[in-house]
Amino acid sequence: MILSVRDLRVSFRTNDGLVRAIDGVSFDLEESEILGVVGESGSGKTVSLLAVMGLITDPNATIEGSIRYKGRELVGLPARELRRLRGNEIAMIFQDPMTALTPVYTIGWQIAEQIRAHRNISKSKAMERVEELLAEVNFPNPHEAMSRYPHQLSGGMRQRAVIAMALSCNPALLVADEPTTALDVTVQAGILDLVRKLRATHKSAVVFITHDMGVVSELADRVMVMYAGRVVERGSRAELFSDPRHPYTRALLGSIPPLTGEKPRRLPAIPGSPPSLLRLPQGCAFGPRCPVHYEPCEAGKPDLGSGTHAAACFRVAQA
Amino acid sequence: MIYAILRRFGQMLFVMFGISVIVFLIFFATPGADPAARIAGRNASPEVLEAVRHSFGFDRPLYVQYVTMMEKIFVTGDLTSFVNRGWKVVPAVMDSIPVTLSLVFGAAILWVVVSIIIGIAAAATRGSWLDKLLMALGLLGISMPVYWLGEVMNLITQSRYHDSWAFSWVPPLGYKNFSDDPKGWFLTLVIPWITLSILYIGIYGRVLRAAIIESLQEDYIRTARAKGLSETRILLRHALRTSLIAFVTLFGLDFGALVGGSALLTEVVFGLHGIGKLTYDALQNLDLPMIMATVMYASMFVVIANAVVDFVYILLDPRLRTS
Repeated sequence: MILSVRDLRVSFRTNDGLVRAIDGVSFDLEESEILGVVGESGSGKTVSLLAVMGLITDPNATIEGSIRYKGRELVGLPARELRRLRGNEIAMIFQDPMTALTPVYTIGWQIAEQIRAHRNISKSKAMERVEELLAEVNFPNPHEAMSRYPHQLSGGMRQRAVIAMALSCNPALLVADEPTTALDVTVQAGILDLVRKLRATHKSAVVFITHDMGVVSELADRVMVMYAGRVVERGSRAELFSDPRHPYTRALLGSIPPLTGEKPRRLPAIPGSPPSLLRLPQGCAFGPRCPVHYEPCEAGKPDLGSGTHAAACFRVAQA
Repeated sequence: MIYAILRRFGQMLFVMFGISVIVFLIFFATPGADPAARIAGRNASPEVLEAVRHSFGFDRPLYVQYVTMMEKIFVTGDLTSFVNRGWKVVPAVMDSIPVTLSLVFGAAILWVVVSIIIGIAAAATRGSWLDKLLMALGLLGISMPVYWLGEVMNLITQSRYHDSWAFSWVPPLGYKNFSDDPKGWFLTLVIPWITLSILYIGIYGRVLRAAIIESLQEDYIRTARAKGLSETRILLRHALRTSLIAFVTLFGLDFGALVGGSALLTEVVFGLHGIGKLTYDALQNLDLPMIMATVMYASMFVVIANAVVDFVYILLDPRLRTS
């Protein structure tokens, strides 16, 4: 077990009241496993992973629950200890490669900086390693690329540089926050291939955040669907795609246009919009948008329950 | 990169040429005014007027007058002040330059170093009492007029507490040449440096703090944190470096203006005969050749300072190197 998150709660004090961005999220991650985390904007997928990274710096945030990395509790760990893990054992790839790199330093410098922050090696040795890494993420000319500045590279190339940077210390856990969202579809495919290949060579476990069901179906071993700060369904990829149980998961899958067969004239959409985290509805947060909504849904919040394939829905529990 | 620098240098020469033409036209081609009468000063005799007319070529076409003027300033250097009876203008400017440069360079070093320290300290501890204290002091520094501050400084160091242990080292007002007496040069300038820099320390400290705090919101700072870098390194290597661009812009403008004569008030208060004082005196008695020369000199420094700033930009921001 690489990562074990139990009952994670993240809330932010704001002028309008307490925002519960994450409300009791639990999940486990095995070695070299890819976990897809799906949900729409504001569902808490990024915040939960930033909490794992210890990157929530907002002084108004409170983090409760337990995050265990290889058995070691990360919540409440001193900043210095956390820093030793970050970038070294736990690395992160961000959504927008355009802004994720410091504009005034070369790619090589920035990757070497991370290596030298965690390994006691000379600058020239670090640079050799950078060249290897850039070759590994399929830079056509790694030696030349090292001396390039971020603005001289295309979006796909920058994301490859960010991935090379994340891999530079052979992390056991890689957190990818929508790494393909800002890229063209063809570039996306390349990045996904890369993630798969790297999982095989580096044996890193990967948490892959996305709102793209297509990406999940290609990449993930297991999937976790989030809505309004809670996990509404989890299961293996096969379970989730062949037997979606939560109405939200079903609705998400239903809104993907089929590649074969007759195309519907209009794609089914989920009515309404995600609730404000300041004013969550009574009971199930998905209730107001749910097609199979009934009385028990207003009484309390459904539990996810145990089991590998589970859904937080009263209808499912009843069935 | 070499190309960018060369191109900037070419632009600089072009701008300086443009300024010289405009300044010349303002003084010598303003309709309804006789430049000869103005150069000769009030109550000039007809013979003097005639001499001025001939010497500056006012009986010849405008472009000849321009060339004559530029020749007198830059080539022969024999531009003469008629108001001050034969005083050579160019040597007077040349004598004032080291005074102003000494004053402004020293103050600039002081204000850049101190304001960077203040800006970093305030940004690193934002919201704390230290941040609030530094920003309040900065505002105080900005609010104090330099002539008042200078007089207070003089009152303390020259008269009231001059005999106390703290200020007995302060020499009397005035300027000492660096080549004659380096120690005296330094000591006479310490108080003027502090006085002149206080305003700029306030402004620059506040500007840098704001720029650093803005940089700290950027995505690449989050990346730097995710890399496991220390907060100090993130602040100095990632946030500060990108924040210096606004700082340098401001510096180029202020430095150029100060060297060009804006340090006048400080010069007057401390009895330093620099460019500001020279321009001020020339304006007082409408000494046209002197004004012409000091304006040319000032514009030259503003343009040079801006070009230097652009070179520093190119060093600071690789995005400006191409294109």
